[in-house]
Amino acid sequence: MEALIAITIGVLVATSVYLMLARNVLRFIFGLVLISNAANLIIFASGRLTVGAPPLIPVGADGPVGDVANALPQALVLTAIVIGFGLFAFALVLMFRAYSTLGTLYSDDMRIAEPRTEDKT
Amino acid sequence: MTWTLATPLVLPFLTAVLAFLARYGTTGRWFSVAGNAVLLAASILLMARVLDQGVIATQMGGWAAPFGITLVADYLSAVMVIITAITALAVSVYALTDIDVRKEQLGYHALFNILIGGVVGAFLTGDLFNLYVWFEVMLISSFGLLILGGNKDQIDGGIKYVTLNLISTILFLSGIGLLYGMTGTLNMADMARAIDSVENQGLVTVVAMMFMVAFGVKAAVFPLFFWLPAAYHTPAFSVSAVFAGLLTKVGVYALIRMFTLVFDGDVGFTHQILLWVAALTMITGVLGAAAQNDIRKILSFHIVSQIGYMIMGLALFTPLALAGAVFYLVHHIVVKANLFLIAGVAERTAGSTDLNRIGGLYKSAPLLAVLFFIPAFSLAGFPPLSGFWAKYVLVAAAIEIQGWIIAAVALLVGLLTIFSMTKIWAEAFWKPHPEGADPALSQLTPQARRHLLIPIAALAAMTLVIGFSPDPFVTFAKDAAAQLLDPTAYITTVLGGEA
Repeated sequence: MEALIAITIGVLVATSVYLMLARNVLRFIFGLVLISNAANLIIFASGRLTVGAPPLIPVGADGPVGDVANALPQALVLTAIVIGFGLFAFALVLMFRAYSTLGTLYSDDMRIAEPRTEDKT
Repeated sequence: MTWTLATPLVLPFLTAVLAFLARYGTTGRWFSVAGNAVLLAASILLMARVLDQGVIATQMGGWAAPFGITLVADYLSAVMVIITAITALAVSVYALTDIDVRKEQLGYHALFNILIGGVVGAFLTGDLFNLYVWFEVMLISSFGLLILGGNKDQIDGGIKYVTLNLISTILFLSGIGLLYGMTGTLNMADMARAIDSVENQGLVTVVAMMFMVAFGVKAAVFPLFFWLPAAYHTPAFSVSAVFAGLLTKVGVYALIRMFTLVFDGDVGFTHQILLWVAALTMITGVLGAAAQNDIRKILSFHIVSQIGYMIMGLALFTPLALAGAVFYLVHHIVVKANLFLIAGVAERTAGSTDLNRIGGLYKSAPLLAVLFFIPAFSLAGFPPLSGFWAKYVLVAAAIEIQGWIIAAVALLVGLLTIFSMTKIWAEAFWKPHPEGADPALSQLTPQARRHLLIPIAALAAMTLVIGFSPDPFVTFAKDAAAQLLDPTAYITTVLGGEA
């Protein structure tokens, strides 16, 4: 199970790095979504994987009985997903705005804040 | 006990809500000023408490550490909160004139106070995942502030700022996951205890490097600083002042915290890298500044070079060096925020921040010239201004352990900083205005003059106070460094006596 998750994380990171190296910032954003999911899986896997044992307390008991899945990483991942979603929404709107005001999505053409010396005149 | 720690954290968010509700009137901006004044009072109370008891901690929601979220303040946290409140108050007064009605209606004051809340939260939390959440709070509000107004250059700078900071965030998050996997805890004090018993210390060092890169991006160190000079000169002056003063310093704070408390197992390796990073950050920053010809761009690159000094203090890892880093943090926030505020006044009176297009400020606005002189030459390290003592302590610390090269770099970079500051002085203040204009302060309305100059004068006065009586500040910084190097008190207080 760990090996499978590890390979999945590896594939996700590799894909996202490939996407993030593109000059088109929209691809970059897609890469960002993938890599943030890879980070979520890392947290999930570091909490140790338990198959088929939800962390539920049986009726009448004071605590969970036997080995159950670690609930903390799930809470962390949930938080991270929510935050990541907010950031992604913002980034997407920013890209849209960039496309409508700058007229380009290619990072090489985005030189308004830091113009090349030869562009100045 | 609980409230002393929680108040500075709750106040900015309360202010943000009020300011947001009142964004269509003039009351919103006054909520911001009042809220930050109360924040300053609360942080002074916190400081008094910390000076009295050393380290104070409180468990949120009554969940005992290490399971709940702990708020904790030691000397370093307390001084950072105070300095945050001072900067926030100064900038909120400045914003009364600097921020136009349109930006106010878009929610400037609410975003600003959320940003301050995020910064204070990052300084006060004792939980690693909670630190991540505060970083995100800070980040999302800074995104909003940066592109508020939506000029072309803002969007352009914003894209670089957003993308690079998001990458750092993801590294930080992965680091947290791996560290949790190894130690089984997220509480920083508990982690400091548990990390020594991790079997594979090599893996700990790998994760330490992930944190170094993640916080390195936030702190804008070499070679991860490129987002900073791309973005910091584009937003409103109030925004760039608070960014310049506080944001990168949260990264430095997080580096200091993690690399004294948790990652102190392999100092020979990690701190050696930090030392190289520090030297290269100082040099590239100052050289980058020399190539620029716009006040805000010069100042932006100088943030980078100054960050190098603070990292140098952490990297040398002696009591004196860490004291130097703490002193430098405090001095730098005041000076840097002030310089950006002054750049704003220069733009308002002389018409631009491009050095080729302005001049004559010394003759027509001598008061502004004096107010610029103090922070600028403090930044460059002229005695007896605050920057001199900060650099003096750091260089003395380097010489103490025969770090000749880093000491030489620090001194050389100090010299080159003088070059940049004299360049701004000569171009903006000394030479006559190229279009023959007379950029006097009297062009501004009396009200605008009050709003713009009072915060500048107050921050300059602080620089003078630190400069002329450095002893209490240095003593305080040494105590803070002692706490950082021996975190026993921190750990015991957080975990409730079972060290």
